[in-house]
Amino acid sequence: MQTLKHFINVVSSPKIMFTAIIAVFFIIFPPSEGLWKVNKWLKIDRLWTKRGGILIFSSLLIFFLFGVSDHNFQKIVGKPDNVPIVGLLFLTVFFLWFSLKQARQNDLRIAQGLKPHEADDAKEKVLVWPDLVYIEFICLIFCAALLIAWSIFLKAPIEEPANPTVSPNPSKAPWYFLGLQEMLVYFDPWIAGVLFPTVIIVGMMCIPYLDDNKNGNGYFSFYERKTAISIFLFFWLVLWVFLIVTGTFLRGPNWNFFGPFEYWDPHKLEALTNVNLSELVYMIFLKRSLPHNIFLRELWGFLSLFCYFGLLPLILAKTALKGVYQKLGNLRYSIFIILLLMSVGLPLKMFLRWTFNIKYIVAIPEFFFNI
Amino acid sequence: MADEKSKKSLKEHFQDFTESQFVKSIFRSGVPKTRRQRMMVVLNSVFLHLHPARLPKHAVKVKYTWCMGGLSFFVFLVLTVTGILLMFYYRPTVEYAYGDIIDLKEQVPLGIMREIHRWGAHLMVITVWLHMFRVFMTGSYKPPREFNWTVGVVLLVLTMLLSFTGYLLPWDQLAIWAITVGSNMAGATPFLGTNGPGAALLAIGDVNFVHSASDARFALLGGRFVGEATLLRFYVLHCIGLPFIIMIFMIVHFWRVRKDGGISGPT
Ligand code: HEM
Repeated sequence: MQTLKHFINVVSSPKIMFTAIIAVFFIIFPPSEGLWKVNKWLKIDRLWTKRGGILIFSSLLIFFLFGVSDHNFQKIVGKPDNVPIVGLLFLTVFFLWFSLKQARQNDLRIAQGLKPHEADDAKEKVLVWPDLVYIEFICLIFCAALLIAWSIFLKAPIEEPANPTVSPNPSKAPWYFLGLQEMLVYFDPWIAGVLFPTVIIVGMMCIPYLDDNKNGNGYFSFYERKTAISIFLFFWLVLWVFLIVTGTFLRGPNWNFFGPFEYWDPHKLEALTNVNLSELVYMIFLKRSLPHNIFLRELWGFLSLFCYFGLLPLILAKTALKGVYQKLGNLRYSIFIILLLMSVGLPLKMFLRWTFNIKYIVAIPEFFFNI
Repeated sequence: MADEKSKKSLKEHFQDFTESQFVKSIFRSGVPKTRRQRMMVVLNSVFLHLHPARLPKHAVKVKYTWCMGGLSFFVFLVLTVTGILLMFYYRPTVEYAYGDIIDLKEQVPLGIMREIHRWGAHLMVITVWLHMFRVFMTGSYKPPREFNWTVGVVLLVLTMLLSFTGYLLPWDQLAIWAITVGSNMAGATPFLGTNGPGAALLAIGDVNFVHSASDARFALLGGRFVGEATLLRFYVLHCIGLPFIIMIFMIVHFWRVRKDGGISGPT
């Protein structure tokens, strides 16, 4: 038991967990024809059936019940303000399964030349009164009952009166912003707290204008829209829900990482040996001191950014993303690729941190300009 | 003995009542029994008129919409009602705020309004997310509904901002430090925050235009740190400003659902 808990503590560290998730993610949700075939071959799409659902849910439930028997686990999960996230987790998994199950059925139908099951239903017209009104009414009663029960059994938290001189450790933002707070580990606030939220919002608004696939409008499907769905699920599940869960459950005092069964020890020390790219280049590779001229010092950082945001899109447009480029045209391709590269920048920076201990690519603290 | 014919059953009394001038004046089309009456009920009612009178069958199924958009709206209404009740008791000053929240629990009979309001706020964030997820998975953002998706994104942001501003109001440790963490980021806004890149460039000689008493963070907090002015600012935004804005966007959202041809479906 103890060894199992210890094992879970170790593998749930962002380094290992995140890498593992990325490794399997695009096989479970394949964005391309090739990966789709791998997915089929491994029979992963069976997850999106009744049996698969039972499997997913029972394992989730077993893990949860196993966890609740542990004191440390109980303490984090049972915090009143964390309860919604546990709920969110189960709901997300449920609705993920529910939508992909219907998508799989429709994919199979479409492969046979049939129309999606929604089309069969749509042939018939029903009256809003009573057919819709009573469904709405039932949903509403159900939701109200849930909310009232929740409110009776779980008191809203209230802590000590505000005291501006004593800051709790860790200080956490409300849970729905914890994805952003988690990004602060890897980026400065102007990126994690200002640039990224802006890009997320603008990027989401752009989705309908960037995805020009006409298929799959008005019914659940996966195969016809696999690239779009795969990218969206990656952001939604990994870069949002997963980061929130990490930020809520696995970040303790000093924003250090703690496994789900680990005691939140405020004195836990983590070695900080991060270096900037400029230091890596000049001091470790070239074995000389940092130049005084800021621009010279950060030349390598700017150069790599230029390659990443300037050259890479051009190269991709001629090679891997040729088809996308031709379909979207100059303007939409540029917007698409910049958004994509920015968001891929987050996992990229995480890996740079974990493998090379890179702190900043470009570090100009003189102007608060660190990337 | 009374005449058999003049003795009415309860049901007949009820029928008379529903056909009386009084009831007719309220519900014009009477008890919806016929197909025509059922359509008229929807068309005549200001609330039900959010709906069309007839729908394709897939659109009313829970497995298609998950009812999540409707539930988001319902939870929003619950939050409005409970929020108004909370406003009776709560005073947004550093002196009273915390004590008023404690009193809500200890002095107010059946005091679960605060619980409903707080958990409801969490619930709304969740339902809105799931609604967005459903809309994505059914591809309902595709033409002609692109713009409504964009409106939806604004609604999502407003929902989180409402939740965020409300988080400060209990004025406990959880509240002020969560808001401190959140608002510190505003201080790092490029050009507009003192700790943001580029702010130092906005200066003439030694005079900085952007400093800790004039930057984005100051605008948000009404001060250099989370204090009395912040509480008032967040209170006004939470109770008046943001609900007002979100309501306008919801009206547009619902209107567009209808104008874009109702719930999406296979063609
Ligand atoms: C306060 C938040 C929101 C409320 C109250 C709301 C409400 C609704 C309702 C009642 C519908 C009718 C269909 C249904 O119930 O699914 C709807 C449809 C729709 N919503 Fe929302 N919504 C909200 C947020 C969002 C968000 C965040 C998005 C996307 C980013 C979005 C995009 C859409 C779209 C595209 C439709 C049309 C769907 C279709 O025709 O199938 N909404 N919304």
